Amino acid sequence: MAQIAFTRHLRNVIDTDLRQMPGDTVRSVLDAAFEETPAARTYILDDAGNLRKHVAIFLNNKREGPEEVLDMPVTDACEIYVMQALSGG
Amino acid sequence: MSNRILISTRKGLFDLQRAAKDNWQIKGSHFLGSPVTFTLPTEKAWHVSITDGHFGPKLHSSTDQGANWNEAAAPALPENEEQSVEMVWVMADDGAGRLWAGTLPGAIFTSQDNGASWQLNEALWNQASRTEWFGGGFDQSGIHSICIDPRNRDHVSIAISIGGVWRTEDGGKTWELRTEGLRADYTPPDVAYDGIQQDPHQVVQCTSVPDTLWMQHHNGIFRSTDLGKNWSELDQHEPSNFGFAVAVHPKNPDRAWFVPGVSDEGRYPKDGQLVVTRTDDGGKSFDILSGGLPKAASYDLIFRHALAIDESGERLVMGSTTGGAWITEDGGDRWHQLPERFPPIAAVTFV
Repeated sequence: MAQIAFTRHLRNVIDTDLRQMPGDTVRSVLDAAFEETPAARTYILDDAGNLRKHVAIFLNNKREGPEEVLDMPVTDACEIYVMQALSGG
Repeated sequence: MSNRILISTRKGLFDLQRAAKDNWQIKGSHFLGSPVTFTLPTEKAWHVSITDGHFGPKLHSSTDQGANWNEAAAPALPENEEQSVEMVWVMADDGAGRLWAGTLPGAIFTSQDNGASWQLNEALWNQASRTEWFGGGFDQSGIHSICIDPRNRDHVSIAISIGGVWRTEDGGKTWELRTEGLRADYTPPDVAYDGIQQDPHQVVQCTSVPDTLWMQHHNGIFRSTDLGKNWSELDQHEPSNFGFAVAVHPKNPDRAWFVPGVSDEGRYPKDGQLVVTRTDDGGKSFDILSGGLPKAASYDLIFRHALAIDESGERLVMGSTTGGAWITEDGGDRWHQLPERFPPIAAVTFV
């Protein structure tokens, strides 16, 4: 399974430590995390299910563009970091 | 007479309580560091709207006056809309079990379970004109004023920047544009009286005489005495008719307060002197009130939810975008400047 971690800014909303989570795309890994912690979904995705404008996702230490990242495939070796983008202030 | 004020700021919510005249103390602070957009204290609960820069709009409520908080689901647009609620700008309580919320982009939501869940008002969202509602101060249109008629909770007027004033008389099933008499000076002359082009900054309703509505509009002050069917424009008065906030006396429809800025291009107090203007004759004439207010180098701007009046009509509070806050206990003749240096203030309300 891939691993996912969230910014410490969300520590009151979700377990932010790097943890294994099932799924074969970034989106499906996120969905698995939100299945576990439903309240976290609206922090990362907007009403249309798109990545929020000021949330950044790093896949294997590379920050990926918001249009593409959610559909990117992941393997067991992958690490997904969901961070706040500094564009949000 | 209210002895308690909630101040919603860019870095948190502050709970102030009156210890004595000219002595209001911060008794509680909540959500420190978070941008609080609006707070609605009702008998059942306090509802707080937070517009997190990264993680979107969030709603929190407390049933014990701030001792404990619960996060509630914020209003959200249907997934297939491809638009998202960016901010819950205003909330109102009809006092009979229904809450209303106005958002950016311009939409109305209602809740029948004390804010635990929200339903989009489809009738307003599906208005054909919505594609012509544009942003006023933001990238998208927003609903900032909700006036619920105390005589009938299904009669509600709302105002949109930029999208005019709308009224429902059936609890939101149908809506009618009510902009006759409103004039825009930021459009080509041929469409100056077009309803959708109007940018009301704030609309407030007199509690005891609800037929009277006051509006601070982008380019002037308007008043209606027939529930918004017709609006009359007030003559220019000193120092200006430009501003964001308006308050109306809960019992006297002819008495209202405004906080003027120089102009659209100069959104700061004239000569750096903060004043409040007050009319007692329905807008024919105004007094310029400056008692206790800074006389020089005050670049304070009072935003549309940052002027509030209590149920007695004697106490008002205002807060500025530079963190200044003032309270009057005599209808505005004299203001007490709070010693605190607050973060930028988005909204104020008496409890």
